[in-house]
Amino acid sequence: MEKIIELKKVNKWFGKFQVLKDINLSVSTKEKIVICGPSGSGKSTLIRCINRLEEHQQGEIIVDGIKLDGNTKNIDKIRSEVGMVFQQFNLFPHLSIIDNCTLAPMWVKKKSKKECETLAKEYLEKVQILDQGNKFPGQLSGGQQQRAAIARALCMEPKIMLFDEPTSALDPEMIKEVLDVMVDLAKGGMTMCVVTHEMGFAKEVADRVIFMDEGNIVEEKNTKEFFENPENDRTKLFLSQIL
Amino acid sequence: MMKNLNLLWFKEKFFSTPLNAFLTISIIYLGFITIPPLANWIFFDATFIGSKKSDCVSGGACWVFVNVWFERFIYGLYPAEEIWRINLAFGILAASILVYNFANQKIRKYILIFLFGVFPFISLFLFHGGALGLPVVDTREWGGLFLTLVISVFAIIFCFPLGIILAMGRRSTLPVFKYFSIGFIEFWRGVPLITVLFMAGVMFPLFLPAGSNLDKLIRVIIAITLFEAAYMAEVVRGGLQAITRGQYDAAKSLGMGYWKSHFFIILPQALKIVIPGITNTFIALFKDTPLVFVVGLLEILGMINLAKTNPNWLGLATEGYVFAAFVYWAFCFWMSRYSLKLENRLKTSN
Ligand SMILES: Nc1ncnc2c1ncn2[C@@H]1O[C@H](COP(=O)(O)OP(=O)(O)O)[C@@H](O)[C@H]1O
Ligand SMILES: [Mg+2]
Repeated sequence: MEKIIELKKVNKWFGKFQVLKDINLSVSTKEKIVICGPSGSGKSTLIRCINRLEEHQQGEIIVDGIKLDGNTKNIDKIRSEVGMVFQQFNLFPHLSIIDNCTLAPMWVKKKSKKECETLAKEYLEKVQILDQGNKFPGQLSGGQQQRAAIARALCMEPKIMLFDEPTSALDPEMIKEVLDVMVDLAKGGMTMCVVTHEMGFAKEVADRVIFMDEGNIVEEKNTKEFFENPENDRTKLFLSQIL
Repeated sequence: MMKNLNLLWFKEKFFSTPLNAFLTISIIYLGFITIPPLANWIFFDATFIGSKKSDCVSGGACWVFVNVWFERFIYGLYPAEEIWRINLAFGILAASILVYNFANQKIRKYILIFLFGVFPFISLFLFHGGALGLPVVDTREWGGLFLTLVISVFAIIFCFPLGIILAMGRRSTLPVFKYFSIGFIEFWRGVPLITVLFMAGVMFPLFLPAGSNLDKLIRVIIAITLFEAAYMAEVVRGGLQAITRGQYDAAKSLGMGYWKSHFFIILPQALKIVIPGITNTFIALFKDTPLVFVVGLLEILGMINLAKTNPNWLGLATEGYVFAAFVYWAFCFWMSRYSLKLENRLKTSN
């Protein structure tokens, strides 16, 4: 299968502190991977490197055939092909939900306003908040906001979707509505990298699970094996705590 | 029954504690000793109609002074037969604002383009003349409230975007842009406006090549613009600091670069937060305009100062200053109200 994301020997430091240590990772088109691990292990940093919200200092990251380096043109191109969903939603509070969705397609992809609105409605329908389109983010529940954020990312029609703990800031009763949307998306054939502790979600859709600790990938297995035969002690401990 | 309730409410609000009671009584007493004499002076004992100082015999304020000099206070030394040009320009402005308030989104857009892109040129042409049969009125003859408005409107229009750029510069990662902005802001915030105006009016021409001549009014507007832009920059920076990193992340992750993310995401939110600070700066700018007297420009307060030294009108400074205070207050109050309205309209969360 075609590799759409490739990280080779990626190292990253925040000052003197090394967050990512010799990370090797490749993701194929339409593959879904779940990344888990204790807090502070570098999961967010890892996926933020994929759309260069963070810069790596050593190694190579290639996304959809484009090498990520100082070339800003490449970065803009990658970012419009890689969607991202954040733990804190990060919707634009001064814009209505519809405007949140149409802004980037209009001004980054230069599509017509009408086209963007059709697109936005289609995706809002898909995440089941079409009726909330004219409200502002502050008027929506957490679950609705996160679904709007997913729709916003999808409106750019990305090839890859990154999720950074998309349900961690949600009340328990809203987690399912967001996971349902993500499962749907996975079944639709999207390439997805998901940082999450929702192991039910991992079992249902992930092709592979990656366990990180202190900046290292300490375990990387297909989903079934990851849960049935974890090898690393830290993985075992983590799984015993979380399951 | 009802009356008792009211009384209770009254007691609760104004006399709940000894301190509260003391404050209530003091304030009532203060009002009692100041308001009636003031009202007598301003209204009941005042003279409104007349044509010379000796018409004022009633012992109260002599509003005849303001009445007779009104045109000078408003238009300065602008030639009487050309005053219609100023009125026309402000008429167009008022009409545009009126239409704006009743128009739909699409027409509003055109009105804004007109107001910021076309109207400044039309109005400057009307004020200055020099073509189409309008005689030139030199800026030396501009004055009064008209000059106050010309200076403050243009300085406000220019200092706002400049302040935003400087605020962004101060937070920029490009060292040249960053240190230029810091230097600029700290320089202009560190010098008194009156010095800046003096430099602009008197010193600056000495540095220009001989023969070149930049109009004094333009120099003054540039000086005030640069000065206030430094304050504006710090106000806007406060707003920028309140925007969380998540907003930048989200904008970037959608492929928006520096300018797009600032224009669509960061600035709209930052500016909304600092509307009170921006209003404050505008009000300060407006009230700083009398300082242009140091270079010989006479806006409304300058005209009043001139009038009060006229031998036929000596001793009427108080009336003039009360009038000036009222005019300044009216404009500042309007700005403050308008900003409150804007703040409320832009509220988007609950
Ligand atoms: N911008 C930053 N500056 C300095 N240290 C950071 C920054 N972002 C993250 N870190 C540190 O890097 C480590 C990994 O962070 P992160 O990738 O967010 O971990 P995770 O998402 O697995 O919880 C943490 O110790 C965190 O404190
Ligand atoms: Mg994280």
